[in-house]
This record gives sequence, structure tokens and C-alpha cells, in this order.
Amino acid sequence: MLRRRLNRLFGGDERRVESRTINVGHRSGSPNEAIIPPKFCDNRIVSSKYTVWNFLPKNLFEQFRRIANFYFLIIFLVQVIVDTPTSPVTSGLPLFFVITVTAIKQGYEDWLRHKADNEVNKYPVTVLEDGRRIRKESEKIKVGDVVEVEEDETFPCDLILLQSSRDDDTCFVTTASLDGESNHKTHYTVPDTERNLESLNATIECEEPQPDLYKFVGRMHIYTNNQEPAVRSLGPENLLLKGATLKNTQKIYGVAVYSGMETKMALNYQGKSQKRSAVEKSINAFLLVYLCILVSKALVCTTLKYVWQSKPGQDEPWYNEKTQKEKDTNLYLKMFTDFLSFMVLFNFIIPVSMYVTVEMQKFLGSFFITWDKDFFDPEIKEGALVNTSDLNEELGQVEYVFTDKTGTLTQNNMEFIECCIDGFQYKYQDARSELDGFCVTDGPVNKLQQKAGREREELFLRALCLCHTVQVKESPEQAQDQVDGLTDQVDDLEVDGEVPYPSQEQRSFIASSPDEVALVKGAMRYGFTFLGLESKSMKILNRNNGVEMYELLHVLNFDPVRRRMSVIVRSKSGDTLLFCKGADSSIFPRVRQEEVERIRMHVERNATEGYRTLCVAYKCLSAEEYAQADEGLREARLALQNREEKLMAVYNQVETGMSLIGATAVEDRLQEEAAETMEALQGAGMKVWVLTGDKMETAKSTCYACRLFQRNTELLELTVRTLEDGGRRREERLHDLLNEYHKKAVQDAPPAKAGVTSWSSANQDYGFIIDGATLSMVLNSSSESNSSRYKNLFLQICQNCTAVLCCRMAPLQKAQIVKMVKNSKGSPITLSIGDGANDVSMILEAHVGIGIKGKEGRQAVRNSDYAIPKLKHLKKLLLAHGHLYYVRIAHLVQYFFYKNLCFILPQFLYQFFCGYSQQPLYDAAYLTMYNICFTSMPILAYSLLEQHICIEVLLDNATLYREIAKNATLRWRPFLYWTLLGVFHGLLFFFGVRYLFSNPALQDNGQVFGNWSYGTIVFTVLVFTVTLKLALDTRHWTWINHFVIWGSLAFYVFFSFFWGGIIWPFLSQQRLYFVFANMLSSVSAWLVIILLILLSLLPEILLVVFRKPRGPNARQKELVQSSVGGHQSPRSSARPLLMRTFSDESNTVI
Amino acid sequence: MASSYNAKEEDGHHSGAPAHGGAAAAAAKSKKPDNTAFKQQRLPAWQPILTAGTVLPAFFVIGLIFIPIGIGLFVTSNNIREFEVTATPTRDTSNVFMYYGLSNFYQNHRRYVKSRDDSQLYGDRSALTNPSKECEPYRMSDGQAIAPCGAIANSLFNDTLELYHIDSNGTRNTIPLVKKGIAWWTDKHVKFRNPGGNNNLTAAFRGTSKPVNWRKPVYDLDPSDPDNNGFINEDFIVWMRTAALPTFRKLYRIIQKKAVTTPTLPSGRYVLNISYNYPVLSFDGRKRMILSTISWMGGKNPFLGIAYITVGSICFFLGVVLLIIHHKYDTRNNSADIPN
Repeated sequence: MLRRRLNRLFGGDERRVESRTINVGHRSGSPNEAIIPPKFCDNRIVSSKYTVWNFLPKNLFEQFRRIANFYFLIIFLVQVIVDTPTSPVTSGLPLFFVITVTAIKQGYEDWLRHKADNEVNKYPVTVLEDGRRIRKESEKIKVGDVVEVEEDETFPCDLILLQSSRDDDTCFVTTASLDGESNHKTHYTVPDTERNLESLNATIECEEPQPDLYKFVGRMHIYTNNQEPAVRSLGPENLLLKGATLKNTQKIYGVAVYSGMETKMALNYQGKSQKRSAVEKSINAFLLVYLCILVSKALVCTTLKYVWQSKPGQDEPWYNEKTQKEKDTNLYLKMFTDFLSFMVLFNFIIPVSMYVTVEMQKFLGSFFITWDKDFFDPEIKEGALVNTSDLNEELGQVEYVFTDKTGTLTQNNMEFIECCIDGFQYKYQDARSELDGFCVTDGPVNKLQQKAGREREELFLRALCLCHTVQVKESPEQAQDQVDGLTDQVDDLEVDGEVPYPSQEQRSFIASSPDEVALVKGAMRYGFTFLGLESKSMKILNRNNGVEMYELLHVLNFDPVRRRMSVIVRSKSGDTLLFCKGADSSIFPRVRQEEVERIRMHVERNATEGYRTLCVAYKCLSAEEYAQADEGLREARLALQNREEKLMAVYNQVETGMSLIGATAVEDRLQEEAAETMEALQGAGMKVWVLTGDKMETAKSTCYACRLFQRNTELLELTVRTLEDGGRRREERLHDLLNEYHKKAVQDAPPAKAGVTSWSSANQDYGFIIDGATLSMVLNSSSESNSSRYKNLFLQICQNCTAVLCCRMAPLQKAQIVKMVKNSKGSPITLSIGDGANDVSMILEAHVGIGIKGKEGRQAVRNSDYAIPKLKHLKKLLLAHGHLYYVRIAHLVQYFFYKNLCFILPQFLYQFFCGYSQQPLYDAAYLTMYNICFTSMPILAYSLLEQHICIEVLLDNATLYREIAKNATLRWRPFLYWTLLGVFHGLLFFFGVRYLFSNPALQDNGQVFGNWSYGTIVFTVLVFTVTLKLALDTRHWTWINHFVIWGSLAFYVFFSFFWGGIIWPFLSQQRLYFVFANMLSSVSAWLVIILLILLSLLPEILLVVFRKPRGPNARQKELVQSSVGGHQSPRSSARPLLMRTFSDESNTVI
Repeated sequence: MASSYNAKEEDGHHSGAPAHGGAAAAAAKSKKPDNTAFKQQRLPAWQPILTAGTVLPAFFVIGLIFIPIGIGLFVTSNNIREFEVTATPTRDTSNVFMYYGLSNFYQNHRRYVKSRDDSQLYGDRSALTNPSKECEPYRMSDGQAIAPCGAIANSLFNDTLELYHIDSNGTRNTIPLVKKGIAWWTDKHVKFRNPGGNNNLTAAFRGTSKPVNWRKPVYDLDPSDPDNNGFINEDFIVWMRTAALPTFRKLYRIIQKKAVTTPTLPSGRYVLNISYNYPVLSFDGRKRMILSTISWMGGKNPFLGIAYITVGSICFFLGVVLLIIHHKYDTRNNSADIPN
């Protein structure tokens, strides 16, 4: 599953894709060919699983595929078939209850899906058929139909845009419901199609449906009157996806290419990663133990039974003869059925209800995350989002946090800070000063130097204005209500009336990357305003308020591998220019070296200060060069296969020999409380790794700002630069460095003192820095043996560092790192947090994936397990919610096993006193109700409401998180403790009552009690003890806890009276008739009940008391400590990058 | 999987609804979580902390309550006179209860426990002639339904015990044994009923046959007293309440006290006359006869008293230990805290 996704994301191995041919409007391509209508699926969306007819069998089948349900079904069947001690009702009823509730829930969900499906499938659409417009239901659309869609309608299937009502052959679309990106995207009609769709005769050849929303490859052949068919390439920009909405465009026509379940929307959203929590694994392990206990109990009893029976007179005394049938049964068969009977008798030790309770706890518990108002962000008006409730407790177990930098640690709210043109620095100082004062007020910082020539300045600014994919938001009124993460409003231009164009309007830009907006706005401050794209030409308002037009010839899109983008434009004067901007590492090799030297210093200084730097280069294309490039691009775009690779090759070929104009510095401010959050995470014992695609210097200064690296942190650097230092082969150098660092960080470091205080102690902190290229050297070393050795060394070093920074990472590498750590020794729990599409892979890979509802679209959120609006919310999510959920569910699980152990143990012991005859100790009603009614509610309430330490304290003391690290309360030791407790209680209950019954005359009238009284006394002690044990463990008594705990006990008493007070006509035996009332009339019974309850709880109380003296005091001390330590930090991140001096001190920076 | 798909789908459909749909509704619905104490996990709560200080008094209280109870129980239990077969009567002026005891008799064997038909015993006519299958192999005899059916009824204890006092001049005086009040009131009056009332039982049980091991039919259990005959015979009811353990006793008769001053069983020689009908040797069982007085706590059982004294003492002892620890700890703690 994951692999498939990854492949999909990075275009792994999907080379050979079948293609399909579609006749537009069902007219055959070439006239002489007969139409063989290909068979495609209809346009019906079926998200429902069941129909009325198959619901019951299918749903039951699905449910019994779960191993637990199947086990209970088997037990039930054994009870029905074999003569077993307890009636089938005792296990059938709970099972029936569980199955019914699940079936009802699933049925209801399916009904909703049916309703939703119908709404979509019956939605009326207009289809062009033989020149007529025909209204149809959406589900009747066939592939090849020409469909008309009006403004604000959603597309009924995946369409190739043929015609738009807009003049420039474009249409705008939002894909908010697909990927959450609410900006308007431009799509283009297929170039040069006829205006008259009726006579359009064309076929479309395109790949078979694929789930990737952003990929589409196709070709359209247009036939005109026996001429050679014209071929047009089709890309994602021509494809309108089902589910997206048409905006700003009156009407479009498109031809259906994928329909129904083959649309990209339907192909997505089908799978969700199935992550299982560590707690679930613990449960399964415990379950196995209990299964062993169960089987061995049954075996012991069966064996003893036959040993016991072998004594003469025991098996069949005169008063208790067997039926003829029993006598005739084969001995081995009898043994087998006896074994099964014992299994059934003891099967309550593994209760159905545990699964139900755990599920309910998780489902209901996750609401507290969505309800938490601290997670509400007033800016985006949203709170946290829980995509899966299965991992709640995992939030309390995180050991490694992998965080993205841009948009996660930083706000991704870019501000243009300065630029450098030809080596001269321009710093923009006051936004409110006169705009055309660029030359006057914003002189070079270095007064000794002169400014670059005016020509260069303008070239640079033009480059900023042209080299981007920013759109201008058109209607300013609407801008207000459609603000989303990507729009960014520019302050009113406080310029005198000279500026004719954007008079008093608020102008907003939309772009897929906030950097671009920042750059365009930066250029605007310096007098060059981008006015928008009109029919393939970009308009710029220059300093002299003249409008310049450039014809946009090609956009060489940005991608994270190339790390740059270019545009090719033609100016009025006819020059063809290529502007390119990108990361320094990708630009520098492509420009002249002497230019690089002038600018490199600025770029590196800016990077150290934590700014994002981009270099801008340009190139004049001669006519031949352009023609060649143009042809190459067109050819590559038409390719059906390997289009990406071919495009990439052409891009690389075009973007060479450029000349560098300058560089820009954009500041990305830290997220609110980023440093505090990181500090808290580290305090909680988590190792924080920053994985970013950004430059090392930028990333490093962000790390300093977030206090991931401290002043005294010694940085171990393993990057391309350090590898090249020695002048030797890289491999050797890598080897040496790894060994050196390993010696430093691992071997020489004093062994960490069992977790708790090592982080704050005086020993040297290490930070580790690695970049993508080096990482791939480490991971894919030439020789196999080296590779695993390096990997090991690398991991060990990293594990001994407080923080690790991985820069220049490709998305796949991020996932690789997460995977490597995840599979390392001790399989630590990992958490990935990110906000962009490039983080999806690591979000999916980690145990817990967290998406930030940031500015880079919603893909991260969609693929995450939990989504929060801001980074700062991570602290509460982990330290408070995670901690509490873990403690709650761990207690829930342990308690469930415990209470069923001491429930069944007396029944097991009773076998020794009843001739191993499988006589149940408790009445069937008690057996059935114990887990359903008498003891279920208190633990559920506990597992939802318990706060053994209140939330504020948890937030203030990150160290408390360490107390539950490594699955602390679900390890074998606590499990053993609980099991022993259960055994102790079981023994106490049984033998306490057994010694009481050595004289069964317990009433003051001399009358005697029988076996059902015996069971009832044991059961009463059991219910009270188990409930009071929970009461003892409850540290947080809300009225709900009071209500359910005392209510459960009252209900038990009430039920027992009621159950024993009536002769029930449907019961064949009135076993409990007045047993409970008679029990209560006996003083001895009262006394023994009180005694046993007290005696069972006594060790617990003692333990609590003896443990306590250290507890609260230690906590108080911690409080004092943390408040002392905390005072230094409550500064906001208003001025985030305070690290100017740092760079000089830290030993590895330039 | 399914649900997540569903959620996304719904998203899509919202915006899929005609123009006026989606966006407006979404905007109107405020997503801000409610600020209620419950949803914010801030319900007012009582947070008890068990410390030595709070638990200490509890230990003392428990100790102080349990020890007297235990002593009371122990003394009471010791005061109960219980004699097995060879009895030495007492001066007790209270009722004396006569039990018969059986050992190694598995009345709690599953096959045995379920071998009864409560509706038949409840007087149900159809169950009378057509008893439950559970009664097998004691269900039918010679083509007629057995009443009462089942193994329990079939193995009814049928020894007769008689007690004689031999006075000074050697004459045997029968001690009157009361046979009523030995069964639970609710059993006698509700759970067990004769079919068609208590009169003319012979007719009511016509068409049924007696249990195989019985010497006389059910309507002849106590012909002298119609209120103690048939299913509502108390000896029968007592037997039908199956014992919890293989060694058990059942109430047989009550020797009513005479006057306030005279002992119920004055000292002297007694003769117990047992008509031995009930075979126990085949399963290695034993029979006993027990004479016992009864107190508020029931029959003689030293277990409770000892247990209470032990637990009470432990609590008291722990209380003392805790007090010492607490005291020491507190002072140390205080002194440690002062420098801070």
C-alpha cells in the first residue's frame, strides 16, 4: 500500500501504462474506420459496500473475518453443539450485541453513502449529442460524451477541456474538495480545436486511469477533411477532474475521458494507511498469554477429571448415573468434548467486551482532541482534525520527532528582506517610504561600494516580475471572503495618484508557493508591479509607470529535484529571454564562475541569517537556440511515455550558460512558540530531527532559533563540503568522518543514565548535520558490507545527538530516514510532522503522521493521522493528550485482563471441588452480565476522563512524558503485577468463601446455603472489589465517575434482587430464586464480604501509601525546577533569528 | 478505510450540490469547539491523594472495629456447641439444631445439579407428566413420568434419625423433633408447589411414578401433614437445595427449647436411633449427625473470627508502623525543606 503510494508520488515504476482511445462525441476518428465503441465503465460512483440483498451475508462475513469475532463465534458454536456447562446465551448474547451494533453502524454509514452516491449519480447534466443539448442524469454519461458545465458546478467526470466561454481559452477551477487547495487553478483548452464542437472529429489517446491527481498524459488527434490528423499533446492542465468546481468561467465544454469509478477522485481516497499502535500489539501479546492460560486451565481440568474418575465409584455413583447416550460415547470423543466444555466455561477470561470497550474508548476519546479549544486557530477558523482514532495512545509514546522546516518550524509567510544585484546589497528599509526612493534610501549597505548599474537593477526586477507562476486575483471584493492560505494582500499602495493601474484596489496574488508572492511583492516595492497575465502575455508596470508586455512562451516548471524554474518570454523588441530562479546550488553550476564569486558571499551570509535565498539568472536566446528549445519542449510534451524524463532533459539543456544577475533573501519567520515547543519535546525525551529540502545554512540557523541546537552544542557535520575538505576520495573521507564522530559521540560519551536526567546534565551535547547527497552515500554505499556498517554508525551517532538536521532532502529521502529509524534497534515510535506535499511520504511512513493545516495545500493534512493548525499545538497534543490517552488505555487494558482473571479463577478452582464436572460457579446471568453491565461502565468512564496528573502540570513538566516512555505501563512487569493481583484476588475470593462454607449453616435460623449462594457471595465480593479497585486507581473524580462507579454497584444490587425475586417463566431452572436476599439476611455473609473486599484492597492501599511519599514531593521539586528554567524562555518569536552572533561561534560555519 | 472514503466523499458532494450549496453552509457552521467543561476536560473533579496521613486513621479505625468483631465472632463460635454423633448435651436453653452430614457426596456435580425440573416442582401440570430432558436418566420409569424427576430427587436422603433421652431410671424418652422451619421460607411457599393444591395429592400425582430409589411415592412423604407432603415436604426441599461442596451438612430437625430455665437437652445419656437406609460406602462416603446450637452468625465456624482478629491486628500493626514512618518522614522532610 505504502509502496504504491510512494511510487505514485515519485513516479517510480509506472513506465508501462496501457492507454485508451476515446472518440470525441462518439464520432469515429477517420471516416473509413468503423466505430467499435470501446467498453468503459459507466459514470456511476459506487462508494457503498452493500445492497439491501447482500447486506446481511456480506456484513456478517466481513465481521467474522476479524479474528476475535471468529473466536467468539467458535465458542458460541461449541456451546450450541456440545453439551456445555453454560448456555449458549452467555456468550451468544454479548456476541450478538457486538455484531448487531457494528452491523447497524456500518449499515447506517452505508445508507449515508447510498444517499450521497445517489445525489451525485442523479445530478442532472447537459450533454451534447448530435448537436442537441440533452439533459441527462450524471450516471448516464459515457466516456466520449461532450459535457457542458456551468459556473460553480462540479465536473461530473474527468473531462478534457475543449472549449471555454472565456476569451483566452482558459477556465478556472478550484480543487478544494479534492486536495483542499482552494486557490483558483487555470486550465487550458486543447489548442486549436474547432469552435464548432459538432463537427469536431477527433480521438483522444490517453493513459489508463491512474490515481495521481497531478499527472496526466494524453494525445489528441484531430481529423479534418481527409488531411493528415493534427496532433495535440494533453497534460494535467487540460484535464478537469471530477469533484473540482468551475469558477470564474461561465461555461465550458469538455469530453469525458474517465468516468465513474475510474475518475481520479474515485481512485484516490480508497485506501488509508493501516497503522497499528504499539498498544494493540501489547494487547495481542497479552491475549496470547491469556489464551495459553485458558488452554492450560482446560487441559489441567480435563486431565484431572479423568484421573479423578478412574477411582472406582467416583465417575458414576449410584445417585448420579449417566444417561445411556453418555455411556455409549467414545472415550476420546468424550475427552475432547470435555476439553471444549472447559474452554467454554473459562472463555470469559478473554472477553468480547474488551474489544468493544477499547474501540469505544478510542472512538470517543478522540473527540477530546477535536473539541480542544486550545487547538482552535482563529486565523483559519479550524481546530484539530482526527483522521484516525486508532493511534491516540501512540501520541504518548513518541521517541523521535521528524519535522519539516518550511511551513512547520517556520511560518511559510515570506517577506522580502533584501536582494543583491551584481554583488551589491539592497536592503529595503521602510515599506512606508517613497517607493521610487529605491535608489535613494536603499543604497548599498556598504557605503564604500557603489550600486549596480541601473540597467542591471531593472533587469533584475524584471526577472522577478516575470519568472514566476503567480496569478493576480481579479475581483477585489471577493478577495476578502475567499482568503485562503495562498492569497496575500498587499498593502495599499500609498503612492500619489501617478499610478493609474491598481488605483485604490487591494491587489492580491495567488501562487502555489509563498516565495513567489514575496518576490513579486518585493519587486513591487521597488517599482515593478506585475499586473497579470492576459492572453499569453505578461504585463508589467515599470518604474516610470509604463506598461511593458512580454509574451510568455514557455514555463519551465519548478520541481524539487531541479530546484529551479524558468520562463521564456519575448519582449516587445523581439528579444527572447530566459529568466531562471532557483536554489544557489542549482544555479551556480549553470552560470559563469566569475559572477558566482561576487554573489556567493551574500547568499551564504543571508542563508546564515536564516533567510531563504534564491538566485536569479538570465540568458538571451538567439532565434536558433529558441527554435531548438521550443521544438524540444513541444516534442517532450507530446510524449506519452517518460514525458517527465524527457522534459527534464530538455529543461537541463536549455538552462545552461546563463548569467547571474543577483540573489534574493526572503525571510520565513518562525512559527509561534516554535522554540518553546521544541524545547518541550526535547525535555520530554524526544529526539527531534529536522528534515528539510532547504539549504544547510538556512536550516541550521532555524535550528538555532528553535533552540534545537544550543550555544554549547557541538555540531558534527557530514555534508558534501566537509567531505571535500580533505582532498581525498569522498568515500574514504566519509569513512573517516563517520568513525571520528562515532568515537566522539558514542564511544567517549558517558553512558546515559537510564533516561531521566542525561539530557540536562553537563556532558557535551552533540548536533548532527547531514545533507541529502551524503545521506545517499551512506545509505547506498558502493559495497554492501560498508553500506550496512555506515548505516549503523550513522544511526548510532544520531541516536546520541540531541538534535539532527538533515538538509537538502528529497521527499523520498525523508521517508527513508524515518523508515531507517523506525526499523532500528528497539523499534522506537516515530512521529512525522509536516505541512506540504513533500512531507506526505514521511507522514505516511512514520508511526504517527501529523499534518499542519498550513499554506502548502492540504495534502499533508489529508494523508496525516492527526492534523493541527499550528506547530505549537504539537506540545499539548503529545504532552497532555498523548500522555493521558496512553495512561488511560494502558490502564484499561491491564484492568480488563485483571478483572477477568479474578472473575474466572474462582470458577476454575471450583472444579477441584465439584469433581471436575464443569459446574459453573456463577449463575448464567452473572456470567453474561459481568462484563456487559456490572463492570464495564466505570472503566469506560475512567478511560475517557482520567487525568492522573492534571493537564497544566503535564504541560509544564515535559519530563513527566519520560515516565511513560517505552510503553512503560504495558510492559511485561506491570502486566505480571496485574496478573498476580488478579490471581491473588481470585484465590482470596474463592478460599475465603470456601472456609466460610465449611459450615454452610450461615443463617441465624440454622438453615443452610447451597452452591448458588456460594457463587453469589463470591460474585458479590468480586464485583465490589473490582469496582473499588478502579475507584482506588481513579485520581480524577468527576461527577461522571461517581455516577458510574456507585451506579454500577447499585445496579448490581438492584439487578440481583430483581433477578432473584421473580420466578422467571422462561428459565428452566430458578437457581437464584431469593438467593441474593437470603444471602443478605445472613450476618456471616455480610462479614465475609466486607472482610474479603478489604483484604483484597489492603495491599493496593499499602502500595499506594508507601509509594506516595516520594511521588508528590518529587513532582513539586520538578515544578520548582521547571519554573526556574522556564523563566528564561517566555519570549515570543517576534524576532526569530537572533543568531547573528551564533554563526561566528559555532565551529563549523564558514 | 470505508469511513474515511465516506468522509471525503461527503466533502465532494457538498460542493457538488448546486451553486448555493457548499461554501455558504460551511462558512455558517462555526467550527470553533464549544468551551464546555466536559469537552475541554475541565470538569470539576475531586482528586483524592492517598497519603500516609489520610490512610493512617483508616487503618486504626479498621483495626479497632475488626478486632472486637473478630473476638465477638470467635467467642460466639466457640460458644456454639456442636456435637457429632456421640453427643454430650449441654445446659443450653436455646434451640438445638440437628443436621445430617455427608462427605464425598458430590451434590455439586454438574450432571447432578442440572438433573431437576423446576417447573415440575412449581406444580406445573404439563411438566408433571412430561418432565424436562435434563432429568435423564431419571425421567421416565415404566412409561410413566417420574415425579419428582431427576437425580437429586431420586437420591433423597432417607435415613430416619431419632433421639432418645435415657433418664435416671433407664426409660427412653423420645425427644420431640420439629420437622418444620428447616427449609427456606420462599422455597417452601413459592418455589415448590404441589400440582393442584395440597389436597388429594394421590389424585394429583396419578399417572406419575415414584423415583426409582424411593420406597414410597411423593404424596406419601408425610401423609400426616398435608402442608408438609408432596413437593412441599421440607426434607425434600432441603435436599433439593444442592450443596456447594462435596462435604456438607443439611438441616434435619429442630429440637425446640422447652422453658426459659430448663436446658433443651439436659445432661444425661442419649440414644441416637438411625434407620440406615442410605448407602454411602459405594462411593466412599461418610454420614454424620450433628447437634448444634445456632447464634446470630449461624453455625459454629471459627474461621470468620480468626480472620477478623488477624486482619484487624494487621491493620492496627500497619497503622502503628505507618505512624512511625510518617512521623519520621515528616520531620526529615521538614528539615530538608527549610534550606530551600
